[in-house]
Amino acid sequence: MKYAYYPGCSLEATGKEYNQSAKIVARQLGIELWEIPDWSCCGATAAHNADHLLSLALPARNLAIAEKEGLDVAVPCAACFNRLRAVEKEVRESETMRATISEIIGTEYKASNTTRCMLDVMVQGVGLEKIREQVVKPLSGLKLASYYGCLLVRPPDLTAFDDPEDPVLMDNLIEVLGGEAVKWPYKTECCGGSLSTVRKDIGFRLIYEILRRARDAGAEAIVTACPLCLLNLDMRQAQVAAANNDKLNLPIFYFTELMGVAMGYAPKDLGLTTHFVNPVPLLEAKEILRHPATRRETA
Amino acid sequence: MVAAAQHPNIELVTYAEVENVSGYVGNFEVTIRKKARSVDPAKCTGCGTCWEKCPSKVDSEFDLGLSKRKAIYMPFPQAVPAVPVIDREHCRQFTKGKCGICQKLCPAKAVDYEQQDEVYTDKFGAVVVATGYDLFKWEEAYGEYGYGKFPDVITGMHFERMNNASGPTGGRIVRPSDGKEPKTVVFIKCVGSRDEAKGKSYCSRACCMYTAKHAHQVIDKIPDAQAIVFYMDIRTPGKAYEEFCQRIIDEGAVYVRGRVSRVFQDGDKLIVRGEDTLLGRQVEVAADLVVLATAMVPSEGWEDVAKLVNLSTDKDGFFQEAHPKLRPVETFTAGVFLAGACQGPKDIPDTVAQASGAAVKVCQLLSKDEMDTDPVIATVDESLCSGCAMCHPICPYKAIDFKTITERVQGKEISRQVSAVNSGLCQGCGACTVACPSSALNLRGFTNEQILAEVDAVCL
Repeated sequence: MKYAYYPGCSLEATGKEYNQSAKIVARQLGIELWEIPDWSCCGATAAHNADHLLSLALPARNLAIAEKEGLDVAVPCAACFNRLRAVEKEVRESETMRATISEIIGTEYKASNTTRCMLDVMVQGVGLEKIREQVVKPLSGLKLASYYGCLLVRPPDLTAFDDPEDPVLMDNLIEVLGGEAVKWPYKTECCGGSLSTVRKDIGFRLIYEILRRARDAGAEAIVTACPLCLLNLDMRQAQVAAANNDKLNLPIFYFTELMGVAMGYAPKDLGLTTHFVNPVPLLEAKEILRHPATRRETA
Repeated sequence: MVAAAQHPNIELVTYAEVENVSGYVGNFEVTIRKKARSVDPAKCTGCGTCWEKCPSKVDSEFDLGLSKRKAIYMPFPQAVPAVPVIDREHCRQFTKGKCGICQKLCPAKAVDYEQQDEVYTDKFGAVVVATGYDLFKWEEAYGEYGYGKFPDVITGMHFERMNNASGPTGGRIVRPSDGKEPKTVVFIKCVGSRDEAKGKSYCSRACCMYTAKHAHQVIDKIPDAQAIVFYMDIRTPGKAYEEFCQRIIDEGAVYVRGRVSRVFQDGDKLIVRGEDTLLGRQVEVAADLVVLATAMVPSEGWEDVAKLVNLSTDKDGFFQEAHPKLRPVETFTAGVFLAGACQGPKDIPDTVAQASGAAVKVCQLLSKDEMDTDPVIATVDESLCSGCAMCHPICPYKAIDFKTITERVQGKEISRQVSAVNSGLCQGCGACTVACPSSALNLRGFTNEQILAEVDAVCL
């Protein structure tokens, strides 16, 4: 199983752990990731607020490189996934758009390949049974809230891999890894995105609601598949808790990190030690890490 | 129903299914399967001993699972005839082979485990299709309302059963989860109706009125209760309808114009989040009970009924009337009429009006010795017809049949088959005239020669 890998800008910076852990887990599952050479930014929110064609051409350039290799694209970041899917759909549905985009990026792009988000690649591409075979340290006793955020499963006609109102893929993955997926209502609520920077009054309220609801549902940690969600829930957690006179201490994981832990990799190699809310004490308290390690990875 | 059952000229066949319909207007042959009831209706007095003593309990279909029924049961107290039926899938006598309590206890000796389905054919002059409706399966479409996972998110039909004095709660409005009386009840209209993305494009027509009634019942029955109705539009055309709805608003029901985006459980409350489009603001309500006004859809099995009686349907499976304005109870098949929600969503007064119309149409048809038909129908020129039968499958009304004619060819008398059009069934659509390879079929008044003459007149 070979995919073109598009890490995206976040995974070079705030989401380094996602990059590290995704690569490790992919290798363990036998997924070959061919990083798109000289990949460029997908344009994110900035581009599609500025100009529609720009927002399509930026991701198209990356997809065109993968298309020439004849590869489908695996994307960890939820926002990149959304943008890549958007151009894929528009080009596929309109001959005029195909010609326009090809002209802008200076190379032919037909959208013959497809983009899949990392969660989809692993859970539906590889399959839960194969993942189960790789689990050596089950996440026993760990209560987790799966958090999809807004961009991973919406809009449904773009993403189209899980239920947009009540997604379940991550919950199923948690169960396979040996953890317990709690039922909670904020699975697909928005984390506020960049509002935590530009409109703290709104952003912090959204973040606090997500964290509080997860805790009230009995979760000991939150699992996400989006670097911006993790950034907001993790980095802002202390500030948000203080603003609400609350103590939260909820570690936030990328799903790939938890897969890595369950597969026996060391927290350091998965990037777990770089989180603001240190998740290692929780994993130790649950005796997940004390289990004799069967694999060691040097990143 | 009771009056119908007692009428000397009405034969009521219950617990039965129509298996086949053949023939044509005035001469329908209908095959009916009377299912084995396991109780002899001639002997049964409806005393109720059997279902009181029956040991098997099953969810009641009529109460939508809000109560239990026995394996030998009457679906609801007013059922006609007042004779129980044994549900063989759940009866111990049939599943385990031993029990027999009802048979032992029946004072009239009416219980008969050996009874078999009875299939018989009878002749009828006309057919009225009145197969009704089902509720849209919102649990499969509306994740934002919880996909049916929250016990206190119910449909209007559940609410209706609870309000019934002989229903599962004896007329009390309660939360299915804990049986407590709700104080804040949220009604969400247009669940599946007017929603092309997830449901049906049409308006279900009756929901605005029954939701107003439900809101009134909440205010009336529960002290200090609050009824909040989320709506897209209030559609209450009809005599005294608008006034009724306004009365409920005056009684204190809060009408919020906007869609509900999400319902989720928070402790024992249901948080209903939506928007008030008149204020341009988000709304959040902590509700005890949420009632959904789900869309009306054709009742399950409509495809089979359509095939059975040769009915055409619209895009949603409602049976098609012959003309939306001028022939609303007739179908394209002569002698087959429609009544009620099987033709389209409608409320009780509309259903009664249409059913009355259908009944009178049947009377009109059967009271005459001869039948008027449209003169523009197909005819066969027997000298041209080769009997190839191309027209038979083409005819949507099954109006073409074979007949044998005898003619003299080169001095010899021969018999051959030709097509024959049943003038009672033909609707003059013209499909056969196009299909006929030898141009033997023509529409009266629109023969090929006549049309070609018109073409000549226009073109020359």
